[in-house]
Amino acid sequence: MHATITSTRPATANKSRNYRWRVVDIVVASVIGVASGVIFWAWGLAWSPLSAILAFTPGLEGLLAGGWLFAGVLGGLIIRKPGAAVYTEVVAAVVSMLIGTQWGFSTLIWGVVEGLGAEIVLALFLYSNWRLGVALLAGAGAGVAVGLLDTTFTSYAALDFGYKAVYFVSAVISGTVLAGLLSWLAVRGLARTGALSRFAAGREGSRAPAAAIS
Amino acid sequence: MSLLTPTIRPSVVARLNPVAKLAVALIVSCALLLSIDWVSAGVALLLEVGLLLWCGLSARQFWLRTAPVWIAAPMASITTVLYGEDSGALLWQFGFISVTEGSAQLGLAIGLRVLAIGLPGIVLLATTDPTDLADGLAQVVRLPARFVLGGLAGLRLVGMFIEDWHSLTLARRARGVGDGGGLRGAARRFFGPAFSLLVISVRRGSKLATAMEARGFGSDEPRTWARESRFRVADAVLVSIGFAITGIAIGVAVRAETWSFILA
Amino acid sequence: MPDTSPHLSGRAPQIRAVHIRARDWGWRHAGRHNQAVSRLDLQIEPGERVLLLGASGAGKSTLVHALAGVLGDAEDGDETGSLLIDGRPAAEARGRVGLVLQDPDSQVVLARIGDDVAFGCENLAVPRADIWPRVRQALAEVGLDLSLDHPTSSLSGGQKQRLALAGVLAMRPGLLLLDEPTANLEPGGVIEVRDAVVRSLDHSGATFVVIEHRVEVWQDVVDRVIVLDPSGGVLADGPTREILSSQGERLAQAGVWVPALPPRFPVRHPMRASQTLLRAEGLQVGRVPFGRRTACVVADGINLGLRAGTATVVTGPNGAGKSTLALTLAGLLRPAGGALRASDEFADGIPAEPHRWRSKQLLTRIGTVFQDPEHQFLAATVRDDLLIGPRALGLSVAEQTGRVDELMHRLRLDHLADANPFTLSGGEKRRMSVATVLATRPRLLVLDEPTFGQDSRTWQELVTLLAELLDEGTALVAVTHDAQFVSALADEEYRLGAPDAIRLGAGAL
Repeated sequence: MHATITSTRPATANKSRNYRWRVVDIVVASVIGVASGVIFWAWGLAWSPLSAILAFTPGLEGLLAGGWLFAGVLGGLIIRKPGAAVYTEVVAAVVSMLIGTQWGFSTLIWGVVEGLGAEIVLALFLYSNWRLGVALLAGAGAGVAVGLLDTTFTSYAALDFGYKAVYFVSAVISGTVLAGLLSWLAVRGLARTGALSRFAAGREGSRAPAAAIS
Repeated sequence: MSLLTPTIRPSVVARLNPVAKLAVALIVSCALLLSIDWVSAGVALLLEVGLLLWCGLSARQFWLRTAPVWIAAPMASITTVLYGEDSGALLWQFGFISVTEGSAQLGLAIGLRVLAIGLPGIVLLATTDPTDLADGLAQVVRLPARFVLGGLAGLRLVGMFIEDWHSLTLARRARGVGDGGGLRGAARRFFGPAFSLLVISVRRGSKLATAMEARGFGSDEPRTWARESRFRVADAVLVSIGFAITGIAIGVAVRAETWSFILA
Repeated sequence: MPDTSPHLSGRAPQIRAVHIRARDWGWRHAGRHNQAVSRLDLQIEPGERVLLLGASGAGKSTLVHALAGVLGDAEDGDETGSLLIDGRPAAEARGRVGLVLQDPDSQVVLARIGDDVAFGCENLAVPRADIWPRVRQALAEVGLDLSLDHPTSSLSGGQKQRLALAGVLAMRPGLLLLDEPTANLEPGGVIEVRDAVVRSLDHSGATFVVIEHRVEVWQDVVDRVIVLDPSGGVLADGPTREILSSQGERLAQAGVWVPALPPRFPVRHPMRASQTLLRAEGLQVGRVPFGRRTACVVADGINLGLRAGTATVVTGPNGAGKSTLALTLAGLLRPAGGALRASDEFADGIPAEPHRWRSKQLLTRIGTVFQDPEHQFLAATVRDDLLIGPRALGLSVAEQTGRVDELMHRLRLDHLADANPFTLSGGEKRRMSVATVLATRPRLLVLDEPTFGQDSRTWQELVTLLAELLDEGTALVAVTHDAQFVSALADEEYRLGAPDAIRLGAGAL
């Protein structure tokens, strides 16, 4: 689907790539991070009872991990600049921490590592491929990061190997779906509303460009 | 009380540089994450309580802000008791769930650890104004001002999210999709407004960026700071206290031979 | 030689007014095929005060953003020709130009007013010792007499706009740009902001350019009007009075509020005996704050009857609880106390209290048009969005499409059927939000500030449409600050704070 759209794209999109963050990149990444942070916090509250239910299934609590991973992928897909995934995820983590989570300052460390998980995938594609597959991989990357962290440094570290393995795999699946797929769909929807008109992500594939002029 | 202009009572802790508070909480958290044992977590928690008494939070504020930790600690503890690595005498068994002396001890350690890591972070931040934190991060830690201030400005939009969410849900009721529809309807009632909120906030963010640029923000030229953030002697003392708490906790645990390094 | 460097200290420094020169200038936003502005040749002398007009899409905002140097770089669009400020490219004239935008909420940068005003000075590297005197002076100039620690979130719209103005004035710019600064304000706020601008211009002598479609606010302040042509270049340029009389018709056509050509009021055909649909007795309204159980009452003792074919307007000062009252009357908020009951005939077999009605039961009874149209949008295209109501009612497919097609035609939305609602212009969004409500033909229409920030053309269309609905027997209640709207439509006015509804003109029996 990308190829058909690029042909009608105006010349500006093909100009030399600019990796410097504009003010609008910083502020919009921050806003997305802040909004995600509030969701992180709410997810943290919901997590306690949900994980208690899943506690009777060895390791499936990992399925809930994706709720804290989408910010990085979303930021990365919208801003398309190096560091966007890490920055957005860290802002989200800090905001949920400011409101107050049960994980205190470790929230910040988790944010950095989860953001890096997604960032590395986007970097491997040289910040030039933003298709669904890459989004899913970025989500999975964040899932791998959180899976490793949780099974090494949290209370799960004290559990059996089998439990940890199930936890790890379900975290990766959760990251792929909740962080990868949902973020990709959200960016596609956002582009259609014209809200991303100042971003390359919003200029490809947006329909009815004439209607958006005001 | 709002997140951005919290009503912070004057206290010793409230006057300290946020960067020092951040450092203390980070030092304690990082050290405690390295081991799972009840002695290091317990000792750190005990020492922290001494510090937190000085923070100037009212009892109501304290319990309100720290409630998530008090809920999470026993939950984590129970999970560990049930599923934790078993060792020692078997105390109770039901299907594949087994409680042993080892898993019970681990459970205690985990519960204490959640408290010891969680409490200082929340309490120290509850006594910190985000603007002061940003000033400290940019002037003391010297993080890039563009990102620190961009983040701070984004944070200000949180207050509006709640208002927007309220209108969005009312509008759904007015348009005939505010109830019913079973599980699918409920999912739609969450994701629909969430998406609209994303659109509205990205728009608002773009406008805010323009407003900030219009006031000369975003260039690489040096800027000045109207509010000075300084790292004073008292801040250094606080950081030393943080190191002391960490050192004592680890020292006691090693002495008691309960210290178990997580990667070992 | 006056020094304009920001390092200058002292109470009243001399500001060197800016000179503007555009030569065959044009801009195309990245990703768009049409030029936003093209072939613009223009010269504005230092100290001139200019009102910039033009149809929507003529590129007024683009020009003003370019002058402020905030259009961005090659990543944001393509520039042609030259736009010079004091002989240098506009993008390099940092600190010489100050810009105030339309939306009060998205211009506040920091949490306390002192810090917010200081923000621009910090960015221009003004020494700390000089910043705070500048901040105090700027706040005094715009008449914001509040402590520097006052939280910005608690300011009204008009105060926020004056705060934004203070933040710009503290930078001591030689060019002050305003992009529809008062479009989102109630009348009192408009005057506050206008007077603050005039005071500061008289003091500084800076060059001034304002975009505003309500001409009467600024016509006595400016000495020159420039009208941009949507097809490129300048349509008209000259002294205020001359241009307004020669171009008046054309501007009014384009939606500009020209004082000499006010919109026409529709002729009403009031019904004779009309029945009461909804009655409030001793009603208390309020909202339940986040995380609380009981509502916090904002207005009480409200006695009100909403009758078929009758327009009731709710007026009153900011913060009196007008919107909360509207949402309560609309059955969206639970009354905090007192009674709000529908007549048996209106309720038609369901409980009399609207807040107990199910979402679908509201559709044919009460329709609500929200202040911000974007809050009402549900689907990805205009057509799908309009279909949601009729579909929820379970109408036949033919009936659904019939109603929607008719509405799109009536509200000039046909050509936008497949557009995403969020991409529409301000006037289109307003028409769209009214259409979504009308699709289910409710008998009572509740509108919250329906004419806020609308151009004269949309205003005229909206008022005409509402008059038609009233004549057909729809009951209408509108919260508004718009005096012209009240004169055009209102049969009864309810002033929040006053004991009883005031009967007005046509609908009074």
